[in-house]
Amino acid sequence: MRVVLAEDLALLRDGLIRLFEAHDFEVVAAVDNARSLLETLDAKDADIAVLDVRLPPTFTNEGLMAAVEIRHRRPAFPVLVLSQYVEQLYAKELLASGQGSIGYLLKDRITDVRAFVEAVQQVAAGGTVLDPQVVSSILTRAQHEAPMERLTEREREVLGLMAQGRSNAAIAARLFMSEKAVGKHTNSIFTKLDLPQAADDNRRVLAVLAYLHHD
Amino acid sequence: MWGGRSPRRVPLLRVDEAGLADRGRIWLLEAAHVLLAVPSSLVFVLIVAGWPTATVGVGFLLLHLAVPSAARLGRVHRHLAGLALHRPVEVRDHQRPRERGAALLWGGPLTWVQDPRRWLDLAFAAFAATGGLVMSAIVVALPAGVIAHVVLPFVFPGLWWMVLLIPLDLALWWILGPVLCTARAITTLAMFGSSRTAQLERRVAAVSESRAETIDHSAAEIRRIERDLHDGAQARIVSLGMNIGLAEQLLHTDPAAAAALLAEARQATTDALEDLRGVVRSIHPPVLADRGLAGAVEALTVQMSVPVITTADLPDPIPAPIETAVYFAVAEALANVVKHAGAHQAWVRLEHRDNRLRTQIGDDGTGGASLDGGSGLAGVARRLRAFDGTLDIDSPAGGPTTVTVEVPCASSSPKT
Repeated sequence: MRVVLAEDLALLRDGLIRLFEAHDFEVVAAVDNARSLLETLDAKDADIAVLDVRLPPTFTNEGLMAAVEIRHRRPAFPVLVLSQYVEQLYAKELLASGQGSIGYLLKDRITDVRAFVEAVQQVAAGGTVLDPQVVSSILTRAQHEAPMERLTEREREVLGLMAQGRSNAAIAARLFMSEKAVGKHTNSIFTKLDLPQAADDNRRVLAVLAYLHHD
Repeated sequence: MWGGRSPRRVPLLRVDEAGLADRGRIWLLEAAHVLLAVPSSLVFVLIVAGWPTATVGVGFLLLHLAVPSAARLGRVHRHLAGLALHRPVEVRDHQRPRERGAALLWGGPLTWVQDPRRWLDLAFAAFAATGGLVMSAIVVALPAGVIAHVVLPFVFPGLWWMVLLIPLDLALWWILGPVLCTARAITTLAMFGSSRTAQLERRVAAVSESRAETIDHSAAEIRRIERDLHDGAQARIVSLGMNIGLAEQLLHTDPAAAAALLAEARQATTDALEDLRGVVRSIHPPVLADRGLAGAVEALTVQMSVPVITTADLPDPIPAPIETAVYFAVAEALANVVKHAGAHQAWVRLEHRDNRLRTQIGDDGTGGASLDGGSGLAGVARRLRAFDGTLDIDSPAGGPTTVTVEVPCASSSPKT
């Protein structure tokens, strides 16, 4: 799998390159700013872009803007955004297109190498991966709201893990239930949230969006 | 500037019921002034006579009788001026004599001589007995002209033309009453410390107080940050180093134990980062740096369990310290909405006009919010005072609640 990396801190950039290469990813390019990232993506073929939210010159949210821009140029191109802190608002903006292939993670999650690599693969495969911190804040908020109240405690747990980009198998292992039971729960979630029949991955995105867009 | 509200003006040329009520009120006020002229002149004479005779002892008694009375009269006059202008008047205390008991007899006058406000009392007693009396007496006497011009033609039929003067009398009374009353009230307040110097004195006092508060607040804040870093991130990183060092030693002899230590170390980095993030957020929320005030407030509202409508009209950039203070004010107010208001809907309005940043946070909840009882909003209000900002709560029982934060900020000025 070919990865394009945008991270302005050399230390972290080198670490990520090493991490990717150790897991049989090919790092096509590693740049330190958003403009080079966009140029690289135009010039080279890649499967996923991994980028930092804060990039030069202003070190505010160029990464986020770049992610939105990339998706504007190439809809549904997999983008994983890493950040020193996570904001529900940013997750909402990233997911706005409703097309999946989006990841938004705290930089801390890199330390759990296996989970991080899985997340990259999930996003590249069209899935949605939100940081557990975003998910938990959404879930706390969602508990007070009407459509979410229809979900059982168990279903909310499943949806939470789903929003973190876990597969049914991973959810089953985490919650100590059979994969079949997870499938039943997800179907019931889709029904309760009135989500249209579509590819399963996309419905997972929509379920997460249903949380985020619930105003 | 100081006191904010300007006095309510009585419209001079409009003739209606409210105007008549105003004239009646003014007449009563001025009648009170005329009555007060008697004690005022008495007090003036007593004080003036008291000083030279103090050398023979009698004067001390006169002064002890008259000086406090002058102060009391001064208070009454200021109160009346406040009534005339429809605005609250601050009354500041005189200096207190330090002596007690018998020493007070001569120590008191000594303090009085040194207190400029006592001299103002004296000057005002003189004014109330002379110029002030004339002004008030005119207002009180004007209706008498009307009465005279009605009565005289009855008594002396030759003076019938005097009836023609009645409209003139009425017009004079209608216009001169409010003018003289306002003039007198303004004179009173000007003499009693609404002077420029007195205003500046108060301003300096307020600024010193808010500066002291800000310094206290900053010191406490720095201590808190130091403690958070010391007990949190620093301690975790130390234990992290220890675990890695230990794992290094065990790597060959006991790989399983080494792996467990490394896993623990990894968890410690996550916890340390979490601590650091908490500290950073408490100093300056990163989203504020990224998006500015409007974006940061939006980020706040996205995670609220109550729907919040945000409107922002911020054409110019806002100085960073003010932005931070206002952000924390909004965060606190919104947290209160969730915790206490039981609201179904909330709203935030940000407006930057005429060099003032005005922020309102409202909800349709149960109301009853206040600044008392050590609420978080009281702390926010203290913090805002450092910027000359104000925080007002309008929250009647039963709701709705509106919190208004206003901070002067000249965004274009390079000084801020």
